[in-house]
Amino acid sequence: MITLKVNGRDHQVDAEPDTPLLYVLRDDLALNAAKFGCGLGQCGACTVIVDGKAVLACVTPMVLLEGKQVTTLEGLGTTADPAPIQRAFLDEQAAQCGYCIAGMMMRAQALLMRNSSPDDDEIRSELEPHLCRCGTHMRILRAVRRAAGLMNRADLSTESGAIR
Amino acid sequence: MTRSGVIIGVLAALVVGGAAFVFAVVWQPAIATIDPSQQTFANDLVKRGRALAAIGNCSNCHTARGAKDFAGGVAVPTPFGTVFSSNITPDADTGLGRWSEAAFRRAMRDGIDREGRHLYPTFPYDHFTHVSDEDDRALYAYLMTREPVRAAAPANRLSFPFDRRPLIAGWKLLFFRNETYRPDSSKSAEWNRGAYLVEGLAHCGACHTPRNALGAERASAAFSGGDVDNWQAYAINARSPSPVPWDADALFAYLRDGWHPDHGTARGPMAQVVANLSSVDPEDVRAIATYMAGVFGQPAGDRRHDAKTVLAEVKPMADRASEANRAGASIYAAACASCHESGRALPYGGVNLALSTAISGPDPRNLANIVLSGISPREGERSPIMPGFASSMNDDQVVALLAYLRARFSDQSAWTGVDRVVADARRTQVATLGTVAASRQPPADSAQRDKP
Repeated sequence: MITLKVNGRDHQVDAEPDTPLLYVLRDDLALNAAKFGCGLGQCGACTVIVDGKAVLACVTPMVLLEGKQVTTLEGLGTTADPAPIQRAFLDEQAAQCGYCIAGMMMRAQALLMRNSSPDDDEIRSELEPHLCRCGTHMRILRAVRRAAGLMNRADLSTESGAIR
Repeated sequence: MTRSGVIIGVLAALVVGGAAFVFAVVWQPAIATIDPSQQTFANDLVKRGRALAAIGNCSNCHTARGAKDFAGGVAVPTPFGTVFSSNITPDADTGLGRWSEAAFRRAMRDGIDREGRHLYPTFPYDHFTHVSDEDDRALYAYLMTREPVRAAAPANRLSFPFDRRPLIAGWKLLFFRNETYRPDSSKSAEWNRGAYLVEGLAHCGACHTPRNALGAERASAAFSGGDVDNWQAYAINARSPSPVPWDADALFAYLRDGWHPDHGTARGPMAQVVANLSSVDPEDVRAIATYMAGVFGQPAGDRRHDAKTVLAEVKPMADRASEANRAGASIYAAACASCHESGRALPYGGVNLALSTAISGPDPRNLANIVLSGISPREGERSPIMPGFASSMNDDQVVALLAYLRARFSDQSAWTGVDRVVADARRTQVATLGTVAASRQPPADSAQRDKP
């Protein structure tokens, strides 16, 4: 058994040390926001936050996560009470098929946690590892800018948008 | 003569001699400006210049990441401070727009700019001096037909006295010989072509030859390995740390494709070099490979010979290494083995790490860089990829992994100071990635490559 801290709770997981985090999140913990895209760490759909940094869950084995804090999109907010980043993506209607969006939101969240007012170049280069085949790119950029505004206004910039 | 008379005499001689030296060596005339709008160039000259610029890897230093081609401003760290590359687009005010061909040729040949100022040898004119007038003409035609970009390079940040350009004249006296390449008639035309390119425009030694205290290449240690940014440029002579010795065919494939099944993948600054070489005449790359195979020489008797022999020797090391470093072994098994032991050949599978030069190299810098940053796919090519682990592994985990890889996959002795190297690699990672030109590629469609 491995202890995994996800969204502020300890989970006992029966998994081999080489199991990718993504499989544990989806199959064992029913946290399905992070998606399986390429399985090679090349598309970004599986992105979650580990100790404040955006991490590709499909190429992160359990053995690397001892003592670390994992946050998934479910840990940011709920449908009833969305976090600023989720609120902003909804307001901008930044999803088309939506498959890549959970990963995009997580990397954007990690960016906003360390830089509360990124400029467009910073947002673009940060989101570069994420592939989106629909074409809402401009809306995604607007949503990240909007989330930054929401967080700064609510002064939620570091503590949360809201990691819990 | 009295003692004071001698001193005065010596001083006078020094002053006169110094003045003569200053006049003869330090002072250089400006070359008259031209009107850039008055110039036209033949298409095939421009096209040849484009291939030459790729061989010269000009974009690597003169194009900042995400910025316009050849607009300069790339920070080049040196032991003496930071030098910023210049704008070599034909912009009249901030680039080469007002430079005549003669001014361009003088910069290449003698390291002097149009206004007569000595250029820092960060611009490798110690190699470019070998470039023929004909090739300089094509390079000039190519650069003068690029899009002009208005961008002044930031001022260099050099400590005193290195911020004084006249000092460079002294450096040149000590280390710089401006001589054109002289063919060796005892060798083949291909070998001579390769030598001309390697020693001249391709300036391989600028990274792969160690430098002395004043930043000049040590001629006695040519190709024995050097430093570039936070990477190690491996020895590419008889001292090469590659587990499988290089030959001309392997070099050709590697320089053309960016990877080779027995050697792995070009990364860091070398990734840009091979991306550029993928667009030039294969015969030129073949010539470089032929010449360099001679520089590598025949492998010494005790060197293991082919990939099969190397791989056969790995197994006995595996158990010992795993026993000694369980943390590293389990990270390798979980994070690396699924690709590196997949048995799929490059570029789709990872190279078997027993063949990795990084793991057999003299220090762990390159391995740390690659574990943290991974390998980005090259646009329009089937190319190896690897995710970076900077965000998912902490320093302790990377250190354990590196020590394990060294023990398991190399017959060389353990590295020391791995923890410091990993911390440095993490610190410089962001800065380095920010200055390396993004995966700028020649058009993948070979029909497009012939266009100027």
